[in-house]
Amino acid sequence: MSEDKHILSILVDNQPGVLSRIAGLFSGRGYNIESLCVAETIDPAVSRITMVTMGHAQIIEQIKKQLFKLINVIKVHDLTTEKSIQRELILIKVYAKSEHRAEILRIVDIFRAKIVDVGPDHYTIEVTGTEDKLDAIITLLKPMGIKNIARSGRIALLRDSKQ
Amino acid sequence: MELTGAQILMRAFKEEGVDTIFGYPGGAVLDFYDELSRTDFKHILVRHEQGAVHAADGYARASGKVGVCLVTSGPGATNTVTGIASANMDSIPLVIVTGQVPSPLIGNDAFQEVDIVGITRPCTKHNYLVKNVKDLARIVKEAFYIARSGRPGPVLIDIPKDVTKSKAVYSVPDTIVLKSYNPTYEPNLKQLQKVVKLIRKSRKPIIFAGGGVILSKASDSLIEFSRRTKIPVTASLMGLGAFPGTDPLWLGMPGMHGTFRANMSIGEADLMIAAGVRFDDRVTGKVEEFAKHAEIVHIDIDPTSIHKNIPVSVPVVGDCRKTFAHLNRLLDKVDLGDLDQIREPWLEKIRKWKETTPLKYTQGELIKPQFVVEKLYELTKGEAIITTEVGQNQMWAAQYYHFDKPNHFITSGGLGCMGFGLPAAIGAQVACPSKTVIDIAGDGSIQMNSQEFATAVQFNLPVKIAILNNGFLGMVRQWQELFYKKNYSWTNMSFAPDFVKLAEAYGALGLRAVRSDEVEPVIREALATPRPVIMDFRVEQEENVYPMVPAGAAITNMILV
Repeated sequence: MSEDKHILSILVDNQPGVLSRIAGLFSGRGYNIESLCVAETIDPAVSRITMVTMGHAQIIEQIKKQLFKLINVIKVHDLTTEKSIQRELILIKVYAKSEHRAEILRIVDIFRAKIVDVGPDHYTIEVTGTEDKLDAIITLLKPMGIKNIARSGRIALLRDSKQ
Repeated sequence: MELTGAQILMRAFKEEGVDTIFGYPGGAVLDFYDELSRTDFKHILVRHEQGAVHAADGYARASGKVGVCLVTSGPGATNTVTGIASANMDSIPLVIVTGQVPSPLIGNDAFQEVDIVGITRPCTKHNYLVKNVKDLARIVKEAFYIARSGRPGPVLIDIPKDVTKSKAVYSVPDTIVLKSYNPTYEPNLKQLQKVVKLIRKSRKPIIFAGGGVILSKASDSLIEFSRRTKIPVTASLMGLGAFPGTDPLWLGMPGMHGTFRANMSIGEADLMIAAGVRFDDRVTGKVEEFAKHAEIVHIDIDPTSIHKNIPVSVPVVGDCRKTFAHLNRLLDKVDLGDLDQIREPWLEKIRKWKETTPLKYTQGELIKPQFVVEKLYELTKGEAIITTEVGQNQMWAAQYYHFDKPNHFITSGGLGCMGFGLPAAIGAQVACPSKTVIDIAGDGSIQMNSQEFATAVQFNLPVKIAILNNGFLGMVRQWQELFYKKNYSWTNMSFAPDFVKLAEAYGALGLRAVRSDEVEPVIREALATPRPVIMDFRVEQEENVYPMVPAGAAITNMILV
């Protein structure tokens, strides 16, 4: 059976300890977390956890059921099987030698990214997009020398307005 | 009027119908204990907090109510963990209240501080740290609701000492509504139609009942369903008693130490209706071979149990009692044909399996442990509540005591926790004062919580302990004999206290049987004694539990006697 990536959008009670229940469920049952993103929703009593996980169909089914079984979990959506918008934000600190600066600016422009900080020998670039787009810009910037990267992990919402 | 946290807890217990608390005092719960002395709760003072949880577990299983524990912070709390994990695996409703250091000290590594909410997160159904006394009454009500509803389980409430002292008005909502927790009780009727269809088509059906049938009090509707459809029944260790062990349709327990006919029936069945089970590896053996010719219907209130270990044709999420009641109603409307004729070849085959390969042992002058269990069964007319420790004693109890009624067999099934039987017997005896309660024990297991014998004597709980004393950690020795070339590494426990003198030291009665003709008189005397008794049966040392399915093999691949 093939292992697929799934994006789960989990609505939980915004209470201390809830994230640890979820993380504990994953470590205790040997599931993977690839990325994780947590923040309050419009309702301050509810948080949204967006999680990317891997597994074959039966494991993903178990993960969803086990998550839903937690008392503090309100809803679990598998955004892989539903239409959704997904984004990730990334900050890239790239070496900016004078001979590379024009090239970096061109890449930033093409990817509709932004330079948010400039140092004597580096630029910090902010870019959002899908995973593919972010991987592409990283590949292009690599030859100039990437100092550091911070990725936000994926966030996602259903296209459907019901939610 | 404002009440202190301690008073709120007592009042909340009262409102939940609590009558008994199993506990052990300590620094962080001094205020609770102070208040407790002014209430009329029955408090059973155990000798170790693990005993408190097992006793509450035994109490819950015998009574069908929620078991309640009260212990202090730090070591008091950590000592409960094994008991909580056992209750969690077996879905037993408990509420465990632990004291905690005062809120301002939390996180400072204070004296007797431990993050018990963190520690028990994976082994409770849910847990709470109460930060504000205003939330206490609601949290207790929620905890009881969560513990007893849906698939039951243990819920822990950690209460800092300052919360027990501070005051608030007692206020709880009338009903608990949790937007994130709504167990499904009513089964989907369309799924049940499919079940009936499968029954009509099937020529080799079996029912596989588990602990969920007992927890949901579905035994009567299961019996009606089985008799009306003439489908034979097997039950997991946790399900023993859900179906009468003396019924002609009874197959015995399946799995690693299951009966020949139960395992063979599973191997040949074309339909398995599984209810309130979770397909533990001790039942399934090699998963790919398990019931491989059968369409499987799986009824369970917990969706995570379904499709977890075994692929299922017809999943039914719902309460077992409601589901069997619906099925029985559906049966009114269908013609199942001449069942006597349709089932005869299948039932005949099962009868043959039973005749040719029954559970058996040979009794000589030395006492066989199976013989002791059979005698206990005979002399209590099958009406005792039996608790067990874990290992050979547990399997022989399951095989040779034929349970006719639910809530009479109390054992640590999922966790398999030695030291369970004695405190569980104490809890069961508290719940059912007029019943005979017997802990079928091994000489190893009994030493894990034998301190609770003091509790039994102090509270005049006339539990009977039948030690099948073989001088070994018998089940581990059996594995070493069969799979490790008889290398009995550290399973010889020939040093043990004199159990008769131990009983006497506690002020109870101790009896011993060395020859098989001494077994019956010892049991008779024990049953006639209205006090706690330890019976020390010196049994054949290297007797094995058979049949046995080697770990990971198909369950039809049994080692027979």
